Amino acid sequence: MSLEQELLVRPLTARVNLEAPMDIAAYEASGGYLAVRNAIRDLQPADVQAKVKDSNLRGRGGAGFPTGIKWGLVPMGPDAGTKYLVCNADEMEPNTFKDRLLMEGVPHQLIEGMLVAGYAIQATTGYIFLRGEYVKSAERLNAALAEARAAGLLGKNILGSGWSFELSVHTGAGRYICGEETALINSLEGRRANPRAKPPFPQIAGAWGRPTVVNNVESLSNLPHIINNGAEWFKGLSQGKSKDGGTKLYGCSGRVKRGGIYELPIGTSAREIIEEHAGGMRDGYTLKCWLPGGASTDFLMPEHLDLPMDFDSISKAGSRMGTGLIMAVDQTANMVSLVRNLEEFFARESCGWCTPCRDGLPWSVKMLIALEEGRGRMEDIEQLTKLTKALGPGRTFCAHAPGAMEPLQSALKFFRAEFEAGVAPAGTADADANIGLTGVVVNAKVA
Amino acid sequence: MSTPETVVKLAELTGKTQEAPFVLTDDERHEIEHEIAHYPDARAASIGALKIIQARRGWVPDGALEPVAKMLGIGAAELEGVATFYSLIYRKPVGRHVVKVCDSITCFMVGYEDIKKTLEQHLGITHGQTTADGRFTMLPICCIGACDKGPALMVDDDLHHDLTPDNVVGIVEAYK
Repeated sequence: MSLEQELLVRPLTARVNLEAPMDIAAYEASGGYLAVRNAIRDLQPADVQAKVKDSNLRGRGGAGFPTGIKWGLVPMGPDAGTKYLVCNADEMEPNTFKDRLLMEGVPHQLIEGMLVAGYAIQATTGYIFLRGEYVKSAERLNAALAEARAAGLLGKNILGSGWSFELSVHTGAGRYICGEETALINSLEGRRANPRAKPPFPQIAGAWGRPTVVNNVESLSNLPHIINNGAEWFKGLSQGKSKDGGTKLYGCSGRVKRGGIYELPIGTSAREIIEEHAGGMRDGYTLKCWLPGGASTDFLMPEHLDLPMDFDSISKAGSRMGTGLIMAVDQTANMVSLVRNLEEFFARESCGWCTPCRDGLPWSVKMLIALEEGRGRMEDIEQLTKLTKALGPGRTFCAHAPGAMEPLQSALKFFRAEFEAGVAPAGTADADANIGLTGVVVNAKVA
Repeated sequence: MSTPETVVKLAELTGKTQEAPFVLTDDERHEIEHEIAHYPDARAASIGALKIIQARRGWVPDGALEPVAKMLGIGAAELEGVATFYSLIYRKPVGRHVVKVCDSITCFMVGYEDIKKTLEQHLGITHGQTTADGRFTMLPICCIGACDKGPALMVDDDLHHDLTPDNVVGIVEAYK
């Protein structure tokens, strides 16, 4: 297949080259920056917004909110003033490694996507909020930005359109919570990354109080292709596997034969991803359960493998597609240990702003450690079950703790026997220990 | 680890001391000004400025807060609030090389604990500690996006993956 043909089937990764990503000349020779050139010449910002809305592109950062609708809240018109476009490149969701591929492998595509988005909302300034650890991504994006600037694609009066747009890379310094949209804005402003109250939504009052759109790397990278080939083409990419359109960067890790990233029609089944693209489990290992898209999604079972991997189907099964990168759990894993590790992660990464999250997550860790070490009590399992509600949606300031409860509640649902196996035998000191009102487990090792 | 004695000792070992009055170098000042120019408000360069200090000095000494905060137009206490929030800003001296071991779920599932144990035995330290010769500091880190090749770690800015208890010692030993 020629590159031109490949771009129509797997648009996001057809140009990926991790050894030596395309420079601007090669990228333009393959049709790069045509979308933005054509859009600026032929389309009004409202037309670009309409195309993206028609395509029903849903945000690829994990929540699946339609990109066009997100943009629709941004004030437009000659008096709208300063507006910001921020790329969420703070890829830190455990088991997620897709945006790195796009930034290291085809950095110009992301920049072009940001130009399309920036033109659509008439943004004046853009930032790529990149996690500090992605050093190679930063180098490659900065090199590509310099080329784009030299080619007149960034800066004042771009291509004679009268539209001016500056774009730069902002690197972070750790902390998972920075990926939360409003925490990211606080971090961009040079503050502690505590989330903000919504409303007002960032599209109305975001960075420095100005209208701000935050879009994920993969969402933005889709935009040039939607402009080039149209909304109907984009919808058709899913080949009838989903009512959503487009391809999706799926992935698989764990003890599978060929872990990695695969660009496939959205709605491809988890079974096809694990068994065909990842080559199935390694010899001697069987699939016990799986996480569909990151640490903050519910475990699903082998019986769910034939579900289409799209936002609605996975939600109906009681989980979330999240980032769409599957972690295959094999039969050697102990679920109490896995969940303990997950809750330790969420407890450490809590920003500490609201009480249920700050205090509830470490409490869950204490109880999970007790169960893991065979010192738990039946009350611990009951209390963990209560926490999945007390830290659930609507009880906390942001989605961090509710996300943390997803793997816990599903592990309790599917693997309760493994938790009960950690209950100390009756009559032992551990079994007689009490949980005080403050939530401190007597006799438990402090995490 | 955090007693005043060990901090002073580390400072001697690493040649980084906070005893002398802190003075921003012209280079640091210039680079911070360049960072500030990217934003509508100087404060947004907080993290960038702290990283500039850290790149040259290995960590952010107490004395840096006041002059850097002044450049950013905020209080030193506010800058300290930022510095202590972010895990990759070091407010204590670290070794010449920082070994950041991914402890997130996928690496955990495929062997993080064996990697950690091997490093602990080889280096004689655990997370949050620095070797007596000031060469290595060991820290846990969130998922570093190499899940299909785990277990993974970073030494300074370099990513290493497909770790085993057999190859991990050789990997860190290459950092002198």
